[in-house]
Amino acid sequence: MIYLNILLTMMKIGLFTFGGGYAMIALLEAELVTKKKWLTREEFLDMVAISESTPGPIAINAATYIGYKRCGFLGALLATVGVILPSFVIIYAISLFFDAFLSLTLVAKAFRGIQIGVIFLILSAGIKMLRGTKRTPLSLFILGATVLSMLALSLLAVRFSTVLYILIAGTVGASLYLIRCAQKRGEGEK
Amino acid sequence: MIYLTLFLTFLEIGAVSFGGGYAMISMMRDKALLHGWLTEEQLLNVIAVAESTPGPIAVNMATFVGASEGGLLGSLCATLGVVLPSFLIILLIAAVLPGLLRKGGVRAALQGIRPCTVGLILATAITMLMRSLFGITAIGGGVSPDLVGILIFALLAAFAFLFARWKAKKPSPILIILISAGLGMLLY
Repeated sequence: MIYLNILLTMMKIGLFTFGGGYAMIALLEAELVTKKKWLTREEFLDMVAISESTPGPIAINAATYIGYKRCGFLGALLATVGVILPSFVIIYAISLFFDAFLSLTLVAKAFRGIQIGVIFLILSAGIKMLRGTKRTPLSLFILGATVLSMLALSLLAVRFSTVLYILIAGTVGASLYLIRCAQKRGEGEK
Repeated sequence: MIYLTLFLTFLEIGAVSFGGGYAMISMMRDKALLHGWLTEEQLLNVIAVAESTPGPIAVNMATFVGASEGGLLGSLCATLGVVLPSFLIILLIAAVLPGLLRKGGVRAALQGIRPCTVGLILATAITMLMRSLFGITAIGGGVSPDLVGILIFALLAAFAFLFARWKAKKPSPILIILISAGLGMLLY
């Protein structure tokens, strides 16, 4: 039965991917394109592009898309629930005894080290994305302005929601496009 | 009402976090510190747990914060909130508007958002680094460096560099977390 198959396949993928969305993409390809042949390679690449350009966790985007393409709304729902369920159960269980676990001296020391490891991971992820950024004047300007203003505001202890940065950057990108379109139209009329 | 706050906060995070789990960390930090749900150290602990357990980092973080603030119902509300925007937007694209992402205006907006996301991640990492390793929280607030922390950070950077030369790939996040746990137990 296809619905059960979708649910179980996605649960398996949710259970065996460590380290977020990009790790999941390799596993999804092996499972869905090579083994189950639910998607062609081309459809799969389309799906990855869509998941990356829409907000939200890449894994959820991918699961919803694949589920829908395979068997409509119910498929999308089951695929998404499937990919979330293992995480949810595991994390909920951990959250129940995490504080007690942290009260052990050795564990507390380990976590002081881990906190530094996590900062290291975030910084390396940022640097990796920086290297992959297209170097156009607009993107370099937005990147620089975001870093500088966020650092300055946090040092001055001024609160400015990160959500607003995203909205402003999106608006700037779209407005420049509209201005360019208007200019082209103006030149065409001359 | 904590359940509604959790749901709406994570709904907002889910709706604007382009570019996967790391992009979400800056939003999470912003919201969690604002609501007083987590301290900086607790946030880093949650990220470590989210990284070293299977599944999407964003879902793991939402479940954990939801559970610590509002038990089982809280974690359900937070997880539902973070997932719902993705689910609806993807359904919209798959079912009704397959050409949405090819529209010039949408692409232009995404081109603006992408470098902004990178900037947010970098700025968040630098802020965390300044706070945790050098004790700098505000201008004129003084400096109290954590020498052991700086040493651990330097050792991790050296390890990642050597690993990348030797294996021609980056060490996995779990390996970095295990090594930093070992260094923490030894050095603190």
